Amino acid sequence: MNLGRTNKYLGGLLIAFFLFSALLGWLWTPYDPLALDLRARLQAPGAAHWLGTDEYGRDVLSRLMAAARTSVTISALTVSFAVAFGIVLGALSGYARGWIDRVVMLLTDTLLAFPSILLALALLSILGANIWGVILALGLAYMPTVTRVVRGAVMSLREQEFIEASRLMGHPAGYTLRAHVIPNCLAPVIVIATSMFGSVLLTESALSFLGLGVPPPAPTWGNMLAGARPYMSQASWLGIFPGLCIALTLLGINLFGDYVRDRFDPRMKGL
Amino acid sequence: MTRFVLSRLISAIPTLFLVSLAVFTLIRLIPGDPVSLMLGDNVDDAAYAAMSHELGLDRPIAVQFLMWLKGAFQGDLGRSITTGEAVLPLVLQRFAITAQLVLVAVGLATVLAVPLGMLAAWRQNSAFDLGVVVGATALMSIPTFWMGLMLLLFFGLNLGWLPVLGYVSPFEDFGAGALYLVMPVAALVLHECGILVRMSRASTLDVLRLDYVTHARAKGLTEGQVLRRHVFRNAFGPTWTLLGLILGNLLGGVAVVETVFTIPGLGRLIVESIYGRDYPVLQGCLLFVAVTYVVVNLIVDLCYPLFDPRVKTT
Repeated sequence: MNLGRTNKYLGGLLIAFFLFSALLGWLWTPYDPLALDLRARLQAPGAAHWLGTDEYGRDVLSRLMAAARTSVTISALTVSFAVAFGIVLGALSGYARGWIDRVVMLLTDTLLAFPSILLALALLSILGANIWGVILALGLAYMPTVTRVVRGAVMSLREQEFIEASRLMGHPAGYTLRAHVIPNCLAPVIVIATSMFGSVLLTESALSFLGLGVPPPAPTWGNMLAGARPYMSQASWLGIFPGLCIALTLLGINLFGDYVRDRFDPRMKGL
Repeated sequence: MTRFVLSRLISAIPTLFLVSLAVFTLIRLIPGDPVSLMLGDNVDDAAYAAMSHELGLDRPIAVQFLMWLKGAFQGDLGRSITTGEAVLPLVLQRFAITAQLVLVAVGLATVLAVPLGMLAAWRQNSAFDLGVVVGATALMSIPTFWMGLMLLLFFGLNLGWLPVLGYVSPFEDFGAGALYLVMPVAALVLHECGILVRMSRASTLDVLRLDYVTHARAKGLTEGQVLRRHVFRNAFGPTWTLLGLILGNLLGGVAVVETVFTIPGLGRLIVESIYGRDYPVLQGCLLFVAVTYVVVNLIVDLCYPLFDPRVKTT
């Protein structure tokens, strides 16, 4: 059996499914995800509510779809933030060397000395628990990894002849970086950005689960799970479905990530 | 060897200094002023000034940092705003609980995952290998807090085999304590196993391709000897590094599992101190975890030459 193709297709399929749900959730959900209906509290999955209702009678399926949108938005923006700033800082620091390099690396290493979820927690208490706070906190927590990887790639690139040629032709440093250096260090960035997507999704869910992410009533998979805890014995579906969504999305990202790594990092092929 | 240890120890000092500076700065950046938080909003100016002076907040920021650092060196991390308890003993007491959970879980995960990953790599592309890879990827994708909830639902609520919530110290009552630890440890082990199996398998595959392994086989060593003596020692390096990172990450990340099973560990303390805006406690926890993280990774580095002699020379 060819694992590479399974990775690509199963991973892609899972990701596509959740992207589609997120998009659909934006335009249409079976019920209003925030609408309370106390007569329909804690209904088991059935014809009216496919995945049941929660303790306020809100439709679980609609909430899962709305949560998919939130999670996808947060993960995408966080990864974009971390990658964009990580590339700029890493490229600057690897290309310019000298004091810029020392300052950037000092900051990066200090941030890397904290476990990322802890750093995100600390930053969140400064930025406040709202969607932008979460994105900024997670982005800052994940940026140092990108910075390090890009700096490493740029440092080996800058010694190569084609970069020297661009310098000798009199191109300004900004042009050389944009046109020659950065495009050539994108492969490792794509590889870590893919796996980072999963890691950000997981951390975001964990923060929401702890009640420190996007605040209720806006649904996220994490805060739906947290809300389900007191009702586990009478309404187990409340605890099953949001977790299943997180796990399947992560599985999709992990499988697809393996495929991306094989594709862009041939040395790792088959591992 | 002594030089290697010394240089690693010395290189950790600036990191530790910067980490404490970062913790201090982070807490200062949190909006809101600690004095009005402690005294309430309607206080007269004299009381306000007195409290500021007592906390040292009327001095320049650099002096405040040095005072705090000096206190930290003497084991004084201040007192909790909400309960008035000294921070360091509180942190240590909660850390003891988290450490039990994390060490048992990571130990078990290593013992299970490393051999499994090696065997899978040894039989690359067999049905066994495929099963291990698929299983590991699936386990890695299940968040610990959901795994915890599902274990709780199945073994706790439906079958009634295990106690659902709470914590009993295994040092007071070993049987009961162990019983309470089964599910939280299982949730952590299953997730970390997924990550470790993949790492162990990948680095074993890397080593198995090398010429000296072929040479060892050509000498007539049995496969068991080749794996134990030649492959394991070289393939364990990356896994060992990953273990250090996992240990450190779990110190903060275990908060979710502690929440699921209502275990009063360090992770819970961090979350509670954020909820309660108890900044001295939060500051103490952050400093403690960050320093522990640096120290754990330092120990991991220092142990490296024990199984990979090539590191000594660098």
